[in-house]
Amino acid sequence: MLSPRALILRGPGTNCDQETAYAFERAGGHTKCIHVQALAQSPSLLDDFQIFCIPGGFSYGDDIASGRILALELTERLGDTLRRFHERGGLILGICNGFQVLLQTGLLATECNSGQQAATLARNTSGRFVDCWVQLQATPGNCVFLRGLDRFELPVAHAEGRFTTVDNTFFQQLDARGQFVLRYTNDRAGQQTNPNGSEENIAGMCDTTGRIFGLMPHPERFIEATQHPAWAGRLDPQADGAGLTFFRNALRVIGKDLG
Amino acid sequence: MLWEVDVHLRRNDTTAQDLVTAANELGFDIHTAHAATGWLIEGDMDLDEIQRIGERLFTDPVTEVCRVAKVGEAELVSAPPGAQEADNLIFHVLPKPGVTDPAAESAKEAMALLGVNATAIRSLKKYWVSAKCMTSEQVAETAWKRLASEAIHEVVVGPLTLSRLSGGSRWELKREQVKLNGLNDSELEELSRRQCLALTAKELHAVREHFNSLGREPFEIELETIAQTWSEHCCHKTLGSPVDHTGPDGESHYDNLLKETVFASTEIVRKKLGPDDWCVSVFRDNSGVVRFDGDHDICVKVETHNHPSAIEPYGGAATGLGGVIRDVLGTGHGAKPLANLDVFCVAPLDTPAKTIPPGIIPPKKLLHGVVAGVRDYGNRMGIPTIAGAVAFHPGYLGNPLVFCGTVGIMPRDSADGRVEPGDLVVVAGGRTGRDGIHGATFSSIELSSESENQSGGSVQIGHAIHEKTVTDFVLAASEEHLFHAITDCGAGGLSSAVGEMGSELGAEVDLDKAPLKYDGLSATEVWISEAQERMVLAVSPSEWPRLAEIARLEGVEATPIGTFTGNGQLTLRWNGELVGELNCHFLHEGRPRERLQSKFTPPQNLPVRWSLDDGNFETVLLELLRSEDVASKEWIIRQYDHEVQGKSVLKPLLGPMGGPADATVIRGVLGRPRGILIGIGLRHHLGTINPFEMAVGGIVEAVSNCIASGADPERIALLDNFCWGDCRRPDSLGTLVEACRGCYEAAVTLRAPFVSGKDSLNNVFTWKDDAGVIKEQSIPPTLLATAIGQINDVGMCISSDFKRASNRIAIIGISTTELGGSQLAVIGRITGGDIPKVNFKNCEEAFKSIYGLNQQRLIASCHDLSDGGLGVALAEMAIGGGLGADIDLEKVPLRDAGNLAKHDDLMSLLRVACAETPGRFLIEVKEEDTTEVEEILRGSTWSWIGTVTNDSLLTVRCGENSIVAQTSINKLATAWREPSTAQTHGVS
Repeated sequence: MLSPRALILRGPGTNCDQETAYAFERAGGHTKCIHVQALAQSPSLLDDFQIFCIPGGFSYGDDIASGRILALELTERLGDTLRRFHERGGLILGICNGFQVLLQTGLLATECNSGQQAATLARNTSGRFVDCWVQLQATPGNCVFLRGLDRFELPVAHAEGRFTTVDNTFFQQLDARGQFVLRYTNDRAGQQTNPNGSEENIAGMCDTTGRIFGLMPHPERFIEATQHPAWAGRLDPQADGAGLTFFRNALRVIGKDLG
Repeated sequence: MLWEVDVHLRRNDTTAQDLVTAANELGFDIHTAHAATGWLIEGDMDLDEIQRIGERLFTDPVTEVCRVAKVGEAELVSAPPGAQEADNLIFHVLPKPGVTDPAAESAKEAMALLGVNATAIRSLKKYWVSAKCMTSEQVAETAWKRLASEAIHEVVVGPLTLSRLSGGSRWELKREQVKLNGLNDSELEELSRRQCLALTAKELHAVREHFNSLGREPFEIELETIAQTWSEHCCHKTLGSPVDHTGPDGESHYDNLLKETVFASTEIVRKKLGPDDWCVSVFRDNSGVVRFDGDHDICVKVETHNHPSAIEPYGGAATGLGGVIRDVLGTGHGAKPLANLDVFCVAPLDTPAKTIPPGIIPPKKLLHGVVAGVRDYGNRMGIPTIAGAVAFHPGYLGNPLVFCGTVGIMPRDSADGRVEPGDLVVVAGGRTGRDGIHGATFSSIELSSESENQSGGSVQIGHAIHEKTVTDFVLAASEEHLFHAITDCGAGGLSSAVGEMGSELGAEVDLDKAPLKYDGLSATEVWISEAQERMVLAVSPSEWPRLAEIARLEGVEATPIGTFTGNGQLTLRWNGELVGELNCHFLHEGRPRERLQSKFTPPQNLPVRWSLDDGNFETVLLELLRSEDVASKEWIIRQYDHEVQGKSVLKPLLGPMGGPADATVIRGVLGRPRGILIGIGLRHHLGTINPFEMAVGGIVEAVSNCIASGADPERIALLDNFCWGDCRRPDSLGTLVEACRGCYEAAVTLRAPFVSGKDSLNNVFTWKDDAGVIKEQSIPPTLLATAIGQINDVGMCISSDFKRASNRIAIIGISTTELGGSQLAVIGRITGGDIPKVNFKNCEEAFKSIYGLNQQRLIASCHDLSDGGLGVALAEMAIGGGLGADIDLEKVPLRDAGNLAKHDDLMSLLRVACAETPGRFLIEVKEEDTTEVEEILRGSTWSWIGTVTNDSLLTVRCGENSIVAQTSINKLATAWREPSTAQTHGVS
């Protein structure tokens, strides 16, 4: 059996590339971090991969708006390449800044009938960057990354993660298509953990095929127990974290395809 | 053509709301305002094009709308979308010309991507308020006080009338000699002041003699180079001086204070370690390097950026962090930054506005500014800011302190960079601009109420993404061994970087080749500019093509600007013509050293006086938890990405309920067990009382942090950061000498070598009061101690939060009852009193106990006792775990129990519960492990004092049957979090 390969996209300001690569590798995959300039010059580089991942960071400093410039670069220079990649069965994952980028490329099927982008990740209601742990509820549907996941914790770290749509009708439309597969939910004390004021507590969403997935929380930051803020004296330091499942799921799906 | 694109939010405009809040706080009665982000775009393009760019690049289709027109056109000024008032007053806040504008630089690159080339872009913020509610003057006042910084911004009330952005023409070569001959001492000092050189008359004599021997006067650029190289910032001018010291123990003499104290202690420790010496490169490179595992060394540096932060908190702190990250990147053959730390010393946040002298940024605005600066820079760099502290003292009002530190990792045995003759001088990263001119000499000059006007040019604004890309570039080039040596452009800019790298070989530099942000910089300005995000590399000509290729791929500008020669001369040229030439030996060894006088008289010790009329044990404990030094710093911690890189093991807030950590811990390498611990010690309230104990107490605190979290006591490295007042005064220098002696003693006794350090002296603020009388204020003598520990297996780390009800609680170490300089004094419950002194023997015994117990996995949680003593430590463990505790103060082992009047009166109880004797720990032990623990601790000083409970109460007894206080954990947690919660809702 061929080993699944994940391309981790790098660019100016990407900063979660190495731990994301580590997560895929811990899950049993092979990875390569490739700079967006190199990929734009030779799009055929993507032919060797089955997973395309845009990791977290501050691409181009998030200047103008978070993810804006990288999204533009992907749309202008790699739009067709990525569509073909998806059509031939490739998986696309965007984490945090990667989610912000994905949403603006239109790959997550968030354009309304007029073709205009109708969903966005706006500034947190607090107006600030926040790094904290949240409780999540998955409703996987056909999203391949979330298979077998239910309730679990992950950290978030962002200033622009408030999912919002142009209007409720459009929100309902996406919901009816089963695109909202990950929500912030209550912790054990019954407190809602939504860190940014997202509409309907949306934390992550997929396209209609379930093979393109973007989320604000960082699964690559909970690969092993010691990454949890309350592990010491409570969890086996060798145990896996909930985030590892995302990467194992992705590799399993691809592994089946590769036969 | 100059276009403007204004981007308006459709709703929920927090920027406008911030303006309303700010105006209301200043007493102006407005209820609504509007705000927009604007872009001034200069270039040859038509309306359709700019409209497309506006919508495509600058506007979010869901949340924003944009308006596009030529600058000055009416529709840019008229009421914004959604505004009701027709009668609007408009104003703009925009960066001054020449100030780094990162967003605009990125926008320019992005426009090119869309096939439209702008010649220049500038970003701006734009506001509308009702003209019925505010006058132009009031609007300007609000803008300057709350929205803009004089150092970097322009405020334009009314419509913009600009017609172009780009400007400046290329500098025409002129060489100006500075006449030193014939000037007397006061004229020399005047010259030094006027040119911002920070050189003394004696030093200028040496310069004059040197140039007289060459038969000429110095050129301006030469004099500037000398000033940069000889600045306090660059060469430990004071700490490296010969000193005659008179202290309580009589006279002592030092030929080089730093060498004979801090450096000497390291040498002694290393000698004792012999073949097991784990120091690699100390006090030599840009950071200190020590052994880590079989494949890696780690390095660490802590810097201060006090003066720039006092003037422009956001930019000052951001570039302070940027600078120390480059120190790590510029160590050996380049190290990868793993973690950042930040420590701020500021005046109490409730300092009344009317007591704040002119020219000083109020502490609250300042703290929010420096936090935002570290946040935006550290988060963008993708380096977790994982450790830190905020310390409060009225003495920091005029001179706040901003410490930034970085830990890095490099392949083993790559710490030695060596420049080879013939290597190219390559400058990589950001372009050179007029920003930050005179930072090195400015930081060596006292601040005054005029500084904000005089020194604006010395403030730098960071562009984190340039630093991130240059980091990626350097690490990729390092992997391929493409350079021989590297250093960063910090204080003094190219003059210091090239000067240091070529200090033995010499170098020729063509200053006209340095890439500029804009035309017009003179050769001198290019040479000393402290524009950020630049590294200098020594590159063999044969490696240059490959290095250039990597630079291109990473989107980094790298340019050869000269050659390291081997002739021992620093030769500066402009378009091939000589503009200055300096002998390296004179430059680096020619500074005359001054013998300094130092005197330390311990202040008179007043007896303790209590003010407890309105207090009991519980109220005092709650006050301590609420006190600014002790209280939660969650509002800061949560703004920092402290988890990026995925290596964090013990984070700053721990346990299910987020209690405070001792040390914070990261893995060195993903997937490997070995960890790095960061501990911080700062006993600033002792600075004026006993500087020796301030220093040793701080060091013991930093080390204790590491020990409490599981560090190996035989593998702890130290860093010193001295921040002092005016050390030309014998009494100020006296406290510095005492602190240096403390450093020596602590390092030698604890076998913890200093590996790096930095000093910032002259932290004195002068101003004229209302009556025109000149006043001045010095900071309290402040030593920040940083301890870098190591642990074999991060799975053995201990956290501070209680784990399980019925576990037992013990105190390790002996307690004393002195309260001087403690948090009880800070909250005003006592004045006077002796201070607790460090007893190294006891500390070492406690360190050994903790380490020994943890090797047997017998500790469920551990917390070191510092600010607020036993009571606060217990409360913090309970808060983190969400569990209660029941403890008996009578069981605490005391050295001087006889000093307590009666054991159960409030004062005696507070002496036991709140004294801050260094070197003590609380541990939690599982019931089944008690015998084994007793076995291991036999013969040392310790005692069981109680148990963990599940009743959510902290019960404090004095004797089994006498309950002193019983307080709910919720109440304790609320008090501890209260100051943080208040800041969360403060200005952003």
